[in-house]
Amino acid sequence: MSRIGVVTFPGSLDDHDAQRAVRLAGHEPVPLWHAHESLQGVQAVILPGGFSYGDYLRCGAIARFSPIMTEVIQAAGEGLPVLGICNGFQVLCESHLLPGALIRNDVRTFVCRDQRLRVESIDTVWTCEFEQGQEIVIVLKNGEGGFVADPDTIARLEGENRVVFRYLDDNPNGSLNDIAGVTNDRGNVVGLMPHPEHNMEELTSPSLDGRTFFASVERYLAAVVG
Amino acid sequence: MARVIVDVMPKPEILDPQGKAVTGALQRLGFEGLTVRQGKRFEVDVEGELTDERLQQVRDAAEKLLANTVIEGFDVRVEQ
Repeated sequence: MSRIGVVTFPGSLDDHDAQRAVRLAGHEPVPLWHAHESLQGVQAVILPGGFSYGDYLRCGAIARFSPIMTEVIQAAGEGLPVLGICNGFQVLCESHLLPGALIRNDVRTFVCRDQRLRVESIDTVWTCEFEQGQEIVIVLKNGEGGFVADPDTIARLEGENRVVFRYLDDNPNGSLNDIAGVTNDRGNVVGLMPHPEHNMEELTSPSLDGRTFFASVERYLAAVVG
Repeated sequence: MARVIVDVMPKPEILDPQGKAVTGALQRLGFEGLTVRQGKRFEVDVEGELTDERLQQVRDAAEKLLANTVIEGFDVRVEQ
């Protein structure tokens, strides 16, 4: 059983669902408060979805400078597994732990649906238990999920196998190259707009594909520790 | 007290859904030939004398927090 931290910012929405998902996956969730300066020795960190700091200025822009993020950024640089979901993805981009940025959906509406995705890279801490090219369904719900970056960055992400998830069927938000999630060059930091913490149980989910994120990090941590 | 204005605009190549929505609304209202891009204006009141160093601090603040230079450009000027 691993200790997985879930950060709560003012305005976080899915921190409790993320904690619950950690528990359902057989790990110990460790609540981390944005104003604290300790990661409490956790073995991985989840930045959950929601509207940190009310999405003031830009989504994730103010959360990025909270005390806990100084710790997360340093630990991520040393290889700590970090998963950013939706608003967490936005925080990771604002922190420059991941390239690019998320802008308002091109359709100008909030989109909420069960989204088909293709797993494009299994060379990350959070996806190593998927199969290459596997098609999965994960809940998507966002208003500002359009992934953009300059052409050189997009080419580098594609060339270095750092596009982790791609939208199938309709692109829900105008993301360049249908990109739904990306990773850093080391593969320990992953951000995606869809919400795997909502795909853990039959009662409320069309799929259980969220569980594989946790199976992946478990496999990684076992390999590192073992 | 000096006032410094920081204008932040989405880069030209970045889609601006808000500007597009405003442009569409203007057309429906009968304002023809008006294309809008929407940005942000920050009014920064600076305590003390506005030296070159202080102005540079405002530029640094704009680059670090007020704008996301991945998707936005910014302009800093002193309000006369």
